[in-house]
Amino acid sequence: MPQRLLLLFAHPAYHRSRANRALRVAAEGVAGVTVHDLYETYPDFLIDVEAEQARLSAHDVIVVQHPFYWYSAPAIVKEWLDLVLTNGWAFGPGGTALAGKTWMQAITAGGADAAYAPEGLNRFTLAELLRPFEATAHLCGCRWAPPFLLTASRKQPAEALIAQAGAYRARLEALIAGEAA
Amino acid sequence: MHDAPTGPGLLEAAFVFLAAAVIAAPIAKRLGLGSVLGYLFAGVIIGPQALGLIGDAATSEGLRQAAEFGIVIMLFLIGLELQPARLWAMRTSILGMGGAHVLLSGLALAGVGIMAFGLSWQMALAIGLALAQSSTAIVLTSLRERGLVGTDAGRASFSILLFQDMAIIPKLALFPLLATLPVAGAGEAGGHGGGVLAGQPVWVQALAIVAAVGGVVAAGRLVLRPVFRWIARSGLHEIFTAFALALVVGVALLMQSVGLSAALGAFVAGVVLADSEFRHEIEGDIDPFRGLLLGLFFITVGASIDLALVLREPLLILGIALGAIAVKALAGFLVALAFRHRLADAGFIGLALAESGEFALVLFSVSLAGGILAPAYAPVLTAAVVVSMMLTPLLVIAATTLSQRLLGAAQAGARAPDVEEGRPDVIVAGYGRFGQAVGRLLAAMGQSVSVLDHDADQVELLRGFGRKVNYGDALRLDLLRLAGAGEAKLLVVAIDDRDKATELVEIARRAFPHLKIAARAYDRRHAYELMALGVEALERETFAAGARLGVKALRLLGKPAYKAERAGRIFTRFDEKLLEEMFAHWRTLPFGEYQRIVRDRTALEEELFRRDTAAFTVAADVDEAWDAEAREGPEPDASR
Repeated sequence: MPQRLLLLFAHPAYHRSRANRALRVAAEGVAGVTVHDLYETYPDFLIDVEAEQARLSAHDVIVVQHPFYWYSAPAIVKEWLDLVLTNGWAFGPGGTALAGKTWMQAITAGGADAAYAPEGLNRFTLAELLRPFEATAHLCGCRWAPPFLLTASRKQPAEALIAQAGAYRARLEALIAGEAA
Repeated sequence: MHDAPTGPGLLEAAFVFLAAAVIAAPIAKRLGLGSVLGYLFAGVIIGPQALGLIGDAATSEGLRQAAEFGIVIMLFLIGLELQPARLWAMRTSILGMGGAHVLLSGLALAGVGIMAFGLSWQMALAIGLALAQSSTAIVLTSLRERGLVGTDAGRASFSILLFQDMAIIPKLALFPLLATLPVAGAGEAGGHGGGVLAGQPVWVQALAIVAAVGGVVAAGRLVLRPVFRWIARSGLHEIFTAFALALVVGVALLMQSVGLSAALGAFVAGVVLADSEFRHEIEGDIDPFRGLLLGLFFITVGASIDLALVLREPLLILGIALGAIAVKALAGFLVALAFRHRLADAGFIGLALAESGEFALVLFSVSLAGGILAPAYAPVLTAAVVVSMMLTPLLVIAATTLSQRLLGAAQAGARAPDVEEGRPDVIVAGYGRFGQAVGRLLAAMGQSVSVLDHDADQVELLRGFGRKVNYGDALRLDLLRLAGAGEAKLLVVAIDDRDKATELVEIARRAFPHLKIAARAYDRRHAYELMALGVEALERETFAAGARLGVKALRLLGKPAYKAERAGRIFTRFDEKLLEEMFAHWRTLPFGEYQRIVRDRTALEEELFRRDTAAFTVAADVDEAWDAEAREGPEPDASR
């Protein structure tokens, strides 16, 4: 049974993005994907919690796509997490709304793979740097899917981006088909 | 070139008329009397009684018919401009009050005619209904000049005048029923009867009328619009105008042939074309004809005024004019009260519409031709109406004074200030659009808010909604104290009158030094005044709204939402900083330098634009932070 996939997209200056644009355009072409642009929907950061929770409930897979700003996500994602994942709904006693859903982080990062290593510039691996998101997903009862990583985003020539986009599309289709990894 | 030896030829007559119009109308407008009076006086001056420039031409049949054609075109345009949906929305005020006004004043005047002058009821009714027409042009101009158009009284007057414009049509339709005298000539602009079917039984005539009207409506829907479109495509603009005129004339002739008046027929033609896409174009093309032909009409009326009679019987004419004004003023006053206007407004409406206007002259002309009005009475009545029109601007002034007098009386006597004693945290002075926004937010946040408003209607309205609103003049110290200004934490000044707002701030600062003030500023300059008085917070009443619409505009132009939002916020913050900077200058610069900038609006705007372009662009580039290129600089080399 095909899964319904919600793509939470967050880029505060989409018009300046290359890598994220390539990925998002690819995602828009996949059947069963709902693209939800957070900065476009909430330019004033006034998240409509009810609407967001309803949207989450209506989907089976949550993909959060964003540039990896300061080892985290752009501010609106944090606002979204803080406001939407409430105690008693997303976690805590009675908080089972997201239980069993699949959660995947899709990020674009400027650093090269090698930079995300103990001896590299960033001193930690991407897996380690993504722990907060992983912990969040876990607390909400979600299955943490291996993140989609597009590194060295500024150095990707056009053909490489196309290839990455293709890989992204394949991941999304796999998630929709319900495959485990 | 010259025809009859007794008077000027057609060209000379045309020149005289045009010259008279060109000279008289602008002068009259400048004096605030309206162009109609100008035409009338021009007619008097060039007519046989005074300069005698046109002699027989004034009464010649051809000129008269040309002038009456102006009435036909006027009715065509009225039909064309009719908007049934909008009229229906205003039906209470237009049909209700307007109808009542026309009927009551018409009947009252008719009654006077019967009882005081022994006229037959038909003639009295015709005269009464004619005199019931107020002077739309002059009253509206006066209202606009005094800025009264938006007030309750102004709007009510406008509705009644609008109805009177439309009331001409049924009057024209019904007047022939009042004919008791032999008709001067068949087929006049206003006369019914005659025509092809004169001898047929009534039911045949009625059927013919229905068929003719139905035919015009059907032709309008099926034929006219395609024809107009075809002509429009041909690109020959004058043919378009010619066809429109031909249409008016053609329909008028058709209506005449089945016994209706030409004017009424033209009205029907106008209504048929009213919702075609060519409406505005037709209006624009034909309007100049209306203006000139009606001008001609009024000139001929003026020329036909019996000056000798006026000089012989000034008291009679003045008496009739003033008498009619008195009757109409009373009738209007009563009607307005019946439709629940307050005393001051009713007084205004009654007086402002008490005159008899240009349409009365139109109806007299029609009545004369249709055997409804005895020729003997026409000169006196015409003169009386002209006098009445001349008095119109004075009537509007009187109406304004009266209504202010009544308002003052109402407030002093009938409506004492009505302030509940209390100990609120916040006093909001002024509870209109602005005050309500502030008051509602504060109240919703649990603050105890006491509201003071000066508009009795507004207070009633809000109390009807269950809001606690006190009635009183917030500039009165005793009322402020009563409302609790001594112990309150905050005074919100939300009055819309900028000078009163400044005054209130001064009063409050002096009397209640510990009371914080949050004020509504009319504009930048008012903001400076308030800042100089040390208000703790202020908000310019339109700036924020303008900036927000600007943000929405940016989104409509395709800008991403977040970029537009940030731009709006940065712009607002930037402008508010500018306000403070320029205020500092305002205080320190020698009087003259900065006052000049502030006073000279253009200079101020230029100054703002200059600073916008310089500083704002930089501020908005904060966006750069999110550009991976700009943010990260050279790619860190992981291998190092």
